[in-house]
Amino acid sequence: MRTAASDLELVRPDSLEEALCALAADPALRPIAGATDLFVEANAGALRGRRFLDLWPLRELARIEANGDMLSIGALATFARIARAELVRARLPLLAEAARQIGGLQIQNRATLGGNIANASPAADSLPVLMVAEAAVVLQSARGERRLPIASFISGYRQTALADGEIIAAIEIPLLPEGAQRFRKVGARAAQAISKVVMAALVGPVPRVAVGSVAPVPLRLRRTEAVLAAGGSLAEARQALQEEISPIDDLRSTAAYRLRVAQNLLESFFAGG
Amino acid sequence: MSEERGFSRRKFLQGVGAGALAAGAMPDLARGAEAPEDAPDLAGPGPVPVTLDVNGVRTTIEVEPRVTLLDALRSRLDITGAKKVCDHGACGACTVLLDGRPVYACSMLAIAAQGKKIETVESLAPGGELNAVQQAFVAHDGLQCGFCTSGFVLASEALLRQNPRPSHEEVLEALSGNLCRCGSYQGIKKASGAAPGGG
Amino acid sequence: MYSVGHSEERKDGVAKVRGTARYVDDMTFPGMLHARTIRSTIACGEVLAVRHALEEQGFTVVTARDIPGENVIALIADDQPCLADGVVRHAEEPLLIVAHPQRAALWQARVDVEYHARAPLLDAERSSTIFKEVQIDKGDPGRGFAAADVVVEGEYRTSWQEQLYIEPNGVIAVPENGGVTIHGSLQCPYYVHAALCRVLGLAGGKVRVVQAVTGGGFGGKEEYPSMIAAHAALAALKSGRPVKLVYDRMEDMAATTKRHPAVVRHRTGVTWDGRITAMDIDVLMDAGAYTTLSPVVISRGALHATGPYRCDHVHVRGRAVMTNTPPNGAFRGFGAPQTEFAAEAHMDRIAERLAIDPLTLRERNAWRPGDTTATGQTLGADCSALDVLCEAALRTDFQGKWRRNRGSGRGIGLSLFFHGAGFTGAGEERLASRAALELTAFGARIHVSSTELGQGAHTVLPQIVAETLRVPYEYIEIAPVDTAGVPDSGPTVASRTSMIVGGILQRCAEEMRDRLGSLSPEEYLELHGPLVITKEYERPPGSVWDEEHYRGDAYGTYTFGCNVVELEVDPVTYEARPRRLTAVLDFGKALNPALAKGQIEGGSVQGLGYALLEEVVHKEGRMANNQLANYAIPTTLDVPPLDVVILETPYRHGPFGAKGLVEAPIDGPAPAVINALRNAGYDLRSLPATPEKIMEARCGST
Repeated sequence: MRTAASDLELVRPDSLEEALCALAADPALRPIAGATDLFVEANAGALRGRRFLDLWPLRELARIEANGDMLSIGALATFARIARAELVRARLPLLAEAARQIGGLQIQNRATLGGNIANASPAADSLPVLMVAEAAVVLQSARGERRLPIASFISGYRQTALADGEIIAAIEIPLLPEGAQRFRKVGARAAQAISKVVMAALVGPVPRVAVGSVAPVPLRLRRTEAVLAAGGSLAEARQALQEEISPIDDLRSTAAYRLRVAQNLLESFFAGG
Repeated sequence: MSEERGFSRRKFLQGVGAGALAAGAMPDLARGAEAPEDAPDLAGPGPVPVTLDVNGVRTTIEVEPRVTLLDALRSRLDITGAKKVCDHGACGACTVLLDGRPVYACSMLAIAAQGKKIETVESLAPGGELNAVQQAFVAHDGLQCGFCTSGFVLASEALLRQNPRPSHEEVLEALSGNLCRCGSYQGIKKASGAAPGGG
Repeated sequence: MYSVGHSEERKDGVAKVRGTARYVDDMTFPGMLHARTIRSTIACGEVLAVRHALEEQGFTVVTARDIPGENVIALIADDQPCLADGVVRHAEEPLLIVAHPQRAALWQARVDVEYHARAPLLDAERSSTIFKEVQIDKGDPGRGFAAADVVVEGEYRTSWQEQLYIEPNGVIAVPENGGVTIHGSLQCPYYVHAALCRVLGLAGGKVRVVQAVTGGGFGGKEEYPSMIAAHAALAALKSGRPVKLVYDRMEDMAATTKRHPAVVRHRTGVTWDGRITAMDIDVLMDAGAYTTLSPVVISRGALHATGPYRCDHVHVRGRAVMTNTPPNGAFRGFGAPQTEFAAEAHMDRIAERLAIDPLTLRERNAWRPGDTTATGQTLGADCSALDVLCEAALRTDFQGKWRRNRGSGRGIGLSLFFHGAGFTGAGEERLASRAALELTAFGARIHVSSTELGQGAHTVLPQIVAETLRVPYEYIEIAPVDTAGVPDSGPTVASRTSMIVGGILQRCAEEMRDRLGSLSPEEYLELHGPLVITKEYERPPGSVWDEEHYRGDAYGTYTFGCNVVELEVDPVTYEARPRRLTAVLDFGKALNPALAKGQIEGGSVQGLGYALLEEVVHKEGRMANNQLANYAIPTTLDVPPLDVVILETPYRHGPFGAKGLVEAPIDGPAPAVINALRNAGYDLRSLPATPEKIMEARCGST
């Protein structure tokens, strides 16, 4: 049954500095932005926390900009804006593609990239993309700023390396090496689906592959990449992938399906490549 | 009832100026006490005044911060065109326009909708005369039971304002955040493709 | 024609697009409380103790001990309690009703229930408690099998399907005049009325049921509103205040009825030239914990189990058995989608065995006028099985595509189906439905208990009256559905409203027209005063039914349909993507072609969901994916172009030739999908055809 959220408190800062101070004062505050995942939790009776920090008004965290070779996407950039942004479409089309497939337009208008990362769902569609892009998460707190590679930021099943007092401020994405960017989300239906398998890849001289929904966390498949980079066969790459992932049976699919489809996706991306 | 009622918009921090702060320098805080002007607002858990601009009318209501925009519209303002179906952002029946863009009213807090222009289905035919999208839904029988209809009408309205001549694929994608169990998708698609853009 | 055959705009359209239509949850009453149902968390066992301190917290609490009448939801077997009293037979069974002025407080209500849990029975095939068994016998199957060159056997399985009416269940009970008035989202006001009288121990005049604008039903608001209304009424009578009880979506999905899962086994004798000589069919349906409507569902399922095919020697056995899940119940199609899925999937396997194409096999065996059904019913001139089949095949180049596709990953599949309109057997006579027509200054006002659910009843019934009176459609009104003001026209189920209730209204209107003569309505009223004509259902002449032996005219007539589904299987993800669905339906007369098309499209979309997407995941007798995010129904992007063709072979006892429509369209898509998958190279015999199953079924590559 749903959570009775009657005692919810909301801190509403006017600036980033205010937000960071508030968080420093009370690390139990839970930052929220578009809040789309929050209501899913509440409805499922799994609402975490009762005191929230509303970051949405901090528009300085919503910028999408390029600093030289670095694409910087503010944590509060919504998927609707990411899907439309020329900068993203030009530099990281697979992120624009992923953004377009996350929920319906109503979700895309509220859900943010930062929120998707913070929620750290193994099925989060943006995470394999960011892993392939070797993005860094820019974290800010009253203590200052630090950067973590996305792969180490996601530290476990629905867990992140976010320290007390920290928020996700932005995501920095370096220029990708040469290659074709591929993304595919496989869900129960054509829209508004939670991924059964989601894969992003860079198909080029230095292959990169990341996959979601096949392990407690989204995975960058380093050994599979090594097999591909060394000119291994697709059969060998499929085998390497199988050894790297640990899919399970759940409400939405089976372990056998996830394995096979992840292998097929890999093959479809890299066949002839 | 919460005894904290009355602290409707108290300040969260006291004695903490904005600016560089070392972690160790954070003073102990007593919540609810007076705070300087540049500290953030703390809302809740008791009711707080929330001013909503709905269909061109600004109304201030007292709601607890937990209250969703959907509940505020339906229960507090008696604006019931947006419907509660899944209550977790998966069906679109609660769609409203927020500064012209479709959002799920069930999945945002009322307090977060302050300062935004909120449009519900009721705004489209204020004098009773159906707007172009509504007319197209009736003409193409883009509805059956009607419970998802206001959501679809608003999703279509938002699409056509931005893109008066959408392609078939654009229509399908713009409406894919809404569910119709009666399966009136053919009529809905026709209506959304046929209505002159801009409503 | 004045109105019939025209695509009149639906009378409920404008209010719905404006957002001004008032559904139950849009209504409030002064002093109203909000209620919530406290439910069992185990699937089977006894309640040892219930502990709470809710009264002290301002809640009204209703238990079985507060029931003034009988603790039963009256329907067929009267075995389902209104509130469980000590014994729990399924998860989510109602134990208590709690009510509070603040809706938000409901989620804070804490009730501790101590149980003695028992192992639930969850496998229908192991159940020995039979709620209903039916047998249909025709000819001598032994002789039929002896005459066969080949015997083809097969087992086919279907699973639950959630109705998922977009508006959750809900009612408001208002204490009034020493009794109670219900405003509710419901299909069958008089079912609710009868059930309330029993539970509350009140005379009929003390109970009033008013239908609010209803956001879809599809059968799902046939039985349960009786229980929900009873719960709200008990709380209203105990508190003396209006009580709103609106289900939360997750609760509605977990606690209320679904389409019955079924296991259907076929054994069919055929000759090498493709004639069916014998059919032996066994149908097992999982009814869940209580009888509800299962006896009628299994009956309809059995009566549709042969498919629309000639066969002289038939044995059908159907059983609905008990398990410890929430009861399964009415859902558009009502047993027929399960058995027709099996029949049609089986037909393609027979064709495969005989090495003939699916179209030819069906052409050889499809019913013609004058043929007899399994119950010995002789089909009339309106039997158009062959017509819909040929039209669909021609339109889609079925045979050509079927040959070219084989094993290619692309598939085309066909299903031929039929659906009996109205209640089964003597059901309509027992119902003895009544409808009334009142003369107004301009035209007439219809008084029926038939409900508008989005299917267009309140548009099409006025069209029938307008046509008969020869006045414009706009001159015909329809009275609010309120048991205090309208006669009992029977429930709004079984595709019966246009054909049966429309037929009664047509007779009312004919008499009104005769009475008026050359007078205008205004003149008549002035001269003779008010005129209300009430009529009752009359059995078509010559129709007979033997309930004991299941012989005779099982239904007044049948609607026929043929679906062709074209799809592609994604070789990477095993997703079957429908590319086109063609639906050819003959239901006698399209009284309103636009609305009829909407019903065919809507049924087809639900059928595609049943075929490909919709899967209820159960864990220990409880639905585990009871969220809209995890139970996938089709979105705009999941529905292919739908090509709808309406044929009109009139039924002589239907108004303007019309037969039942709204259920038939859901019978065909699932088998057409399964057969298309077979054509594409995938052998599946169960629903839904999820990518996971398609992967397993992948021929020759695993």
